[in-house]
Amino acid sequence: MASKRGGAKVRAERTPAGPDLASSVPWYRLMVLTRRFEDEAERAFRRGKIGGYLHLYSGQEAVAAGFLAAIRADDIFFTAYRDHAHAIFRGTPPQAVMAELFGKQTGVAKGKGGSMHLFDVPRGLYGGYGIVGAHIPLATGAAYALRYQGTDRICLCFLGDGAMNSGSFHEPVNMAAVWGQDGMCPIVYIVENNKYAMGTSVDRSTVVTHLASKFGLHGIENEQVDGQDFLTVRRAAERIVARVRATGRPYAIEAITYRLVGHGAADLFQPYRNKGEVEEWKQRDPIQILERELHRAGVLDDAQVAAIHKEAEEKVAAAIKYAEESPEPPPEELPRDVSAQG
Amino acid sequence: MPELRYVDALTKAHHEEMARDERVVVLGEDVGRKGGVFGVTMGLYEKFGEERVIDSPLAESSIAGVAIGMAANGLLPIAEFQFADFIHPAFNQIVSEAARMRYRSNGGYGCPVVFRAPYGGSHGTALYHSQSIEALYAHVPGMKVVTPSTPYDVKGLLKSAVRDPDPVLFLEHKRMYRLVRGEVPEEDYTVPIGPAVVRREGTDLSVFAFGWMLHEALQAAEVVARDGISVEVVDLRTLKPLDKETILKSVAKTNRALIIYEDNRFVGFGAEIAAIIAEEAFDSLDAPVMRLAGPDVPGIPFSKPLEEWFFISQEKIAQAMRRLAAY
Repeated sequence: MASKRGGAKVRAERTPAGPDLASSVPWYRLMVLTRRFEDEAERAFRRGKIGGYLHLYSGQEAVAAGFLAAIRADDIFFTAYRDHAHAIFRGTPPQAVMAELFGKQTGVAKGKGGSMHLFDVPRGLYGGYGIVGAHIPLATGAAYALRYQGTDRICLCFLGDGAMNSGSFHEPVNMAAVWGQDGMCPIVYIVENNKYAMGTSVDRSTVVTHLASKFGLHGIENEQVDGQDFLTVRRAAERIVARVRATGRPYAIEAITYRLVGHGAADLFQPYRNKGEVEEWKQRDPIQILERELHRAGVLDDAQVAAIHKEAEEKVAAAIKYAEESPEPPPEELPRDVSAQG
Repeated sequence: MPELRYVDALTKAHHEEMARDERVVVLGEDVGRKGGVFGVTMGLYEKFGEERVIDSPLAESSIAGVAIGMAANGLLPIAEFQFADFIHPAFNQIVSEAARMRYRSNGGYGCPVVFRAPYGGSHGTALYHSQSIEALYAHVPGMKVVTPSTPYDVKGLLKSAVRDPDPVLFLEHKRMYRLVRGEVPEEDYTVPIGPAVVRREGTDLSVFAFGWMLHEALQAAEVVARDGISVEVVDLRTLKPLDKETILKSVAKTNRALIIYEDNRFVGFGAEIAAIIAEEAFDSLDAPVMRLAGPDVPGIPFSKPLEEWFFISQEKIAQAMRRLAAY
């Protein structure tokens, strides 16, 4: 095992042996849907329909999509607060997510959570978490439980670059490595390195900017991946998921990505980065990259693209309408589910 | 019925619950091969193996965190903290995640975890190994807090805590481990989380205590009985959910209340009991509610005289009882 420690590799898997391109069309459709969802959620925020905080995933879609495309229906996952797309990719109805953002009774958490705290029990979404890094030990323990119960299910743990500077990253990752020696920790840590922890860039927060390599310090195999390219992420994810499922050992991947929008909907001026940088990354928009690939492969034509965009607009418009028309939670909801007795 | 030490009753409870239900796992620092810093988990590793009895790295925040993840995903973990003082790094996990899991998931995910921690001062344990932490967690909705004071209760309450669908903080005053003995049935039984119990009947004043303070109070009640003061002593057993009914019933009977806790006095758990009595039994009172608690210093000091000044001794309790009875 020692020989495998710490060796991060950048992989480019553009081999024809990768996933069937036609099976990626539904993921293109979902990525278009979530981008539209985020745009409309931001508009609803500006209209005062959504209160509190709103963190959008625009620009990072290929990361969650690529990994969620690679797991089974009975696998589970944890993520941080930028969580709308993760839920929708997994099949949570967009209207139930939108209703949650609106704080309505029909939301996934009955309006108790809001944008950062989605949950979907039947689909194995163990939550978006509002305290940075706090979910990493939870995911690690949940992974142990999966193996303890004798299943071959696995756990995905999405986390941001900012979380990696907290103790709640190093502690559980160390435990995962120890348990993995006995095949008892089937977890994939997926670092979504979008370059900024709110407004502080990675290189101003850590000297070791190759984030994947930090897992190597704990004895966990790791690699980097181009997080803007869905097909590359998906191929890596399929390989990694199969391996973790077979070995019960943790694995880590750092997806290099970029959020094209502000940290939150209130982050209007973004003084911590320049416009040129954002413009450069817009040239690497994951939806356009996938669209080009599918086009080139002949599994997607212009008419389909137009239809997919129109369908996304309609679905999101319906989600907004549903959220607006849904009732507020009644006062009886306040004390409900504090404990099993009441 | 065999007479056991508090620590042995607790160990037996672990053995029985692990044998009864495969979902029960134990994790913490040195809980496995060593058998725990106080010997509570002795023999579990040999009997149930390392998948079920996990020696964790020294990382309290994540001991709590992984236990929460296990609990949300089908296991019944018992996480041991070597000392209650060491639980603070896990405060976020317990308050933000364990206590909130059921609420934020509409009851979809429960969190049936037990956090065990030895608390309280003993001789020379000093600043970082003596603290009482019950008030910090009893404050948090979604948490249950249990403080058994007898070998019978510690076995029965641990079983209830393991079987409870919600997170329970299980506090053991470390002085009791080897000092307190009592009869413990061999068979499986539980003591419900919630109800308090009257340990000594009396008519002149009521004492509310838990953990080691209960034993000091019972001794003091014996002493003042010689002066003709009849003290009723209530063992709270569970701090949350709190058995208000037993408290109010006792106050209605004696008309005087003395609340004893070792934690620092200010905003300590006893303040809540005093508030409840003031709000709901004002008409019963013949004297102001009295609290006897640890002084407001940042830790229990090491030096013998300073330590004695901190501790709530039988003498201090007897004195308070006399003062309250004379009011």
